[in-house]
Amino acid sequence: MRFAVRRTIFYLITAWAAVTINFLIPRLMPGDPVTALMGRMQGRIDSNAEESIRVLFGLDTGASVWQQYVDYWGLLLRGDLGLSFTFFPTPVSEIVQQALPWTIGLVGVATIISFTLGTGIGVAIGWRRGTWADALLPITTFFSAVPYFWLGLIAITVFSVTLGWFPSSGSYDRGLVPTWSWEFVGSVIYYGFLPALTVVLSSIAGWILGMRNMLVTVSSEDYVTVAHAKGLPERRVMVGYAARNAILPQVSNFALSLGFVVGGTLIMEMVFSYQGIGYTLFQAVNTQDYPLMQGCFLVITLAVLGANIIADFVYAALDPRARQEG
Amino acid sequence: MTASTLDVPAPTGTVGEPVLEIENLSVDYGYTDDATHVLRDVSLTLHRGEVLGLAGESGCGKSTLAYAATRLLPPPGLITSGSVHFTGRDGQRTDVLRQSDAELRASRWQDTAIVFQGAMNSLNPVYRIGRQIADGILAHRPGMRRKEAWDQAASLLEMVGINADRLRDFPHQLSGGMRQRVMIAMALALDPQVLIMDEPTTALDVVMQRQIVEEIADLRERLGFSVVFITHDVSLLIEIADRIAIMYAGDIVEDAGAQDVYRRPRHPYSAALLHSFPPLRGERRELTGIPGSPPDMQKMPPGCPFAPRCAHVTDVCRQVRPVLGPTALADRGGREAERSVACHLHDADLEGIDGTLPADLAR
Amino acid sequence: MAQDTTFTEEQAAPERAVEHDVDDPRRAKRFLFLRNGKALTGLGILLFFGILAVVGPWIAPYDPNQVSADLLQPPSWSHWLGTDHTGRDILSQIVVGTRGVLVVGLIAGVSATVLGVIVGVTAGFIGGMGDETLSALSNVFLVIPQLPLIIIIAGQLPTAGGVTVALVIGITGWAWGARVMRAQTLSLRKRDFVEAARANGERTWRLVLAEVLPNLTAIIAAGFVGTVTFAVMSQVTLAFIGITPVSDWNWGTILFWAQNNLALQRGAWWWFVPAGLCIALLGMALTLVNFGIDEFVNPRLRSTGMNARLLRRRRIRPRIGFTPVLRTPPDGRPDVGTTARTTRKERS
Repeated sequence: MRFAVRRTIFYLITAWAAVTINFLIPRLMPGDPVTALMGRMQGRIDSNAEESIRVLFGLDTGASVWQQYVDYWGLLLRGDLGLSFTFFPTPVSEIVQQALPWTIGLVGVATIISFTLGTGIGVAIGWRRGTWADALLPITTFFSAVPYFWLGLIAITVFSVTLGWFPSSGSYDRGLVPTWSWEFVGSVIYYGFLPALTVVLSSIAGWILGMRNMLVTVSSEDYVTVAHAKGLPERRVMVGYAARNAILPQVSNFALSLGFVVGGTLIMEMVFSYQGIGYTLFQAVNTQDYPLMQGCFLVITLAVLGANIIADFVYAALDPRARQEG
Repeated sequence: MTASTLDVPAPTGTVGEPVLEIENLSVDYGYTDDATHVLRDVSLTLHRGEVLGLAGESGCGKSTLAYAATRLLPPPGLITSGSVHFTGRDGQRTDVLRQSDAELRASRWQDTAIVFQGAMNSLNPVYRIGRQIADGILAHRPGMRRKEAWDQAASLLEMVGINADRLRDFPHQLSGGMRQRVMIAMALALDPQVLIMDEPTTALDVVMQRQIVEEIADLRERLGFSVVFITHDVSLLIEIADRIAIMYAGDIVEDAGAQDVYRRPRHPYSAALLHSFPPLRGERRELTGIPGSPPDMQKMPPGCPFAPRCAHVTDVCRQVRPVLGPTALADRGGREAERSVACHLHDADLEGIDGTLPADLAR
Repeated sequence: MAQDTTFTEEQAAPERAVEHDVDDPRRAKRFLFLRNGKALTGLGILLFFGILAVVGPWIAPYDPNQVSADLLQPPSWSHWLGTDHTGRDILSQIVVGTRGVLVVGLIAGVSATVLGVIVGVTAGFIGGMGDETLSALSNVFLVIPQLPLIIIIAGQLPTAGGVTVALVIGITGWAWGARVMRAQTLSLRKRDFVEAARANGERTWRLVLAEVLPNLTAIIAAGFVGTVTFAVMSQVTLAFIGITPVSDWNWGTILFWAQNNLALQRGAWWWFVPAGLCIALLGMALTLVNFGIDEFVNPRLRSTGMNARLLRRRRIRPRIGFTPVLRTPPDGRPDVGTTARTTRKERS
């Protein structure tokens, strides 16, 4: 189980690094925007909350950096991310808690659909090299080069403004009460369709290209030729021998580029005013709500880390070499 | 059927009926007009029960010949002409190059199985070896149950000297020699009539090489398949092969019994090739390399491709490309009449050739 | 078997490797890269935008900030790409904004590439604990989502102008390049020529500069192009969500104004479509260049001679596992160099 140990250590280091970066950023920035804001809030923040913000943003010039760091960890472990300025006096952790499920639902589902579909199409294109299927490549190249948010704008123009098929913003019909009723779930799916479609459209190209290139590379491996020589059905060779091996780097790339993909898809929430973490971050940036900004970043990073761990499990399940060696 | 063991020199030249007949096979790399012609009108016949050695320097086309004959040559390989006839046990003769995909797929592994060079990459790293042996069996025996196929895989492994509980191992858990044995077991799964072995021992150490070669010789004796054994190692071939075809720059330059090639080479290239290897047995002799290097296949000179490196080159060699034909000593009769060589020195009809061979080619 | 003869050295070289690129002189390789249609198209588009970035402010028909009475006009002869809600000319905004996009892309690309090369080559070359630490560092940076990181850094900076944003992107975006570079350096380090130089007592830094870096050129170029793509996208995104100053014109700023003034709802497509297409075109050009580099580095991806029309005409379907057989050549047998050869056996 050397593999598991190594990966666990890596994730612990990454989590530690993310927290430390979060700790360092406000302290390394020139100027001191938080103090100014605190001044404006004077009298409205109770002393306890003010203390948290002082620790989070390093306003305690008296304490040593080490002491600040220890205090910072103390706060985080208690789940205290400070108070939001915009939604004063709601704690950041509460806002983040409400937003996260929406993001995981939208971005998570869309990314999984995109990855699965893209990998499948990549296999099909890579296997039929030198045929009409290659004509799909320029189209996917175009979609991979388009910024996510712009595709969102176009989707809104076409499907909600012009055609009126889908709503242009929000995550469910505001007239409904959020419960596990069919009506509400249906509304969530209806509102989420357009953002999800845009996420899939703009991120699928990367998976298609990656899988296509891997498949082309793997197809000239000896074991694929051996599979042909054995007279296996074409489908079996394609799936069991070529794609089955080409997907290994695809999965590890998935883990590594998750941070990149999630960053892009969060912007989609901003375009669609979808009430997830991305939109919350957008609001925080616009209103200079520093505690909320920091909190969002931390949560996004930890969520990506969680997805990475899952991808690692999948990889270990797919590759016997990773299971047994290091 | 001939019997070849390692200690007794194999009786050569026993001609069974042909099982694989390659005729005028030409292969290009590339689909455009400036493609490289890697094989040009190559003809070769494999007889039932025979071990045919295919030797030559790297890049001479010996592997290409084997892959083209089985239509396994990867892109941008293209077979431009020729035929490859396979004769089944029932005597039915089919042209492999004219088979449809489905027919070809059905005949593969049953008629002709291949052991590839470099056992490292020949096994799918994510499947257990039992599954890899079994899926080849199941693809050709639709009615068979999975369990039966695995049982058969187990006995195949035992046959090549690997414990059956290794079936559940993944390729990376096996050593190089074991992987090559697994490949051999896999190739013999459907009792094929022709086994093509492409440098099966190259990546292995000398001890393992020896074991594998003995294993193959032993199995062939028991199961009676024919072997095309491809290697650059001529001294190995002399031990295992009944007949040897020497290739140079996409042509077969000499085709004769193994002992004949060894003791009495008729082509200057064969002679030079033999002199660059130490013999495993027999008298010691001085080793010499072959001066120069093989021609660039993309810009082949007219005439004999070996001419620039040949010690006996004449004017006609630089202009006319020699073709495979009888030797100048064919009237000696016996096995000499069955040999063929592609060299102008053996063609007394040509201008500038006086019909007397240089001493080292006339033994 | 003691084989000390000339040709057996090659025994390890697989005979089936038919690509000739390994032995080609470097000049021929460069030529090959330029022959690549994809790379050439990409470079052409890049050149166009490059010229636009230089001469943009002079050829723009209007001052991009100049308001006029033509409010929210669709494209016309006086305003080729229409006007925005205060009557500013959109074509001028795009033309002037090109420079901002390219400058940020270049600065970020260069800084991230330099960082990536330093970290990656160092890690690959020193090995051991240093390598472990540096690889862990770059993996950490890979896992942390870059765009949110850039957003919170840029959001907390007092002024987030073009160069600042470029540097932030560079500092956060080097990890991928470092990873690739490390893997490549590791494999290079074991090659004979590096070993030979090391045995000759070459100093380490000279070894890196003279032997290792030149062989990483293609990989470095690919990493650079990739980072530039990412930098352009990030910067445009930051401008779009309003983090960078809205007075700095770039294509994202145009989209920011469009989004915030309900261009979508008003159906003012000329406001956000052209700017987006420019981003897409630039992104596509960069991707095409990278395809060219990819195919240049990995010959298996090359589709040389795979011209679909030619293959159809000759009725060839290139496939792995089923080598195509030429059935009916158009004019007899294709030329094999020696025509009309009969075997001597047939003659006699």
